[in-house]
Amino acid sequence: MAENLFLVIAALVIASAFWVVFSPNLIHSAVSLLFTLFSTAGLYIFLYADFIAATQVVIYVGGILVLIIFGVMLTNSIDTPSIAASSKNQFIGGVGAFTIFVIQAAVIFNTPWHIGAEQSRDSTVANIGYLLLNEYLLPFEIISILLLSALMGSALLSRRN
Amino acid sequence: MDSLQSYLVIAALLFSMGIYGVITRKNAVAILMGIELILNSANINFIAFNRFGGMENLDGHVFSIFVIVLAAAEAAVALAIVINLFKNIGSVDVDDADLLKG
Repeated sequence: MAENLFLVIAALVIASAFWVVFSPNLIHSAVSLLFTLFSTAGLYIFLYADFIAATQVVIYVGGILVLIIFGVMLTNSIDTPSIAASSKNQFIGGVGAFTIFVIQAAVIFNTPWHIGAEQSRDSTVANIGYLLLNEYLLPFEIISILLLSALMGSALLSRRN
Repeated sequence: MDSLQSYLVIAALLFSMGIYGVITRKNAVAILMGIELILNSANINFIAFNRFGGMENLDGHVFSIFVIVLAAAEAAVALAIVINLFKNIGSVDVDDADLLKG
């Protein structure tokens, strides 16, 4: 049962990512990206990462995807067929991406990965919070400042006049 | 099936499709979607290594939180730039954005 579910989720990730890249319609790409992000959250649940799965749904699906759809809507006129996202360099891109995938697959299947002991299946939230406020306190503060300044900068960039 | 290699292969497929999208798309927003795919594949790798590598604590999870935050900042700044591009040259085709060309 769980194995079939894993296969379904993995197929959904791959198929919807494929459609994100190949769809001739930009809105279809954005909606397909929604499925990719949701099923990636499903993969995180299979990896016992409950907090990351929830963060994925809230930030990617609720935030970044809405932002991208706004970007599509604001920069294209919906009633004209020019919303079609044309592509170029298909041959070079295909060969390059396929080469990268082959190299990665060769590394994945030829490396003797160290498989450790089974992890506990407890909730990860308390542990992540402990790490963020102890070991990773400085990166956490720096990334907060980075996020604040990035959001202020983009608000400044995109306002009128 | 629920092994490290299967997650790594899924992430590798996502990564190469993201690369393909970044190379072939002409619309700037579509290129941004390809970048999101690439960041997601990196996140899957972080979580998978954390789960199967026998690590005591959850460092991989913390790193993937940082990646998600960076993706949010990147999407906000990139869309502001894209909207400014559209205001200035009336198109979001990256081939048209050659104002700096001499």
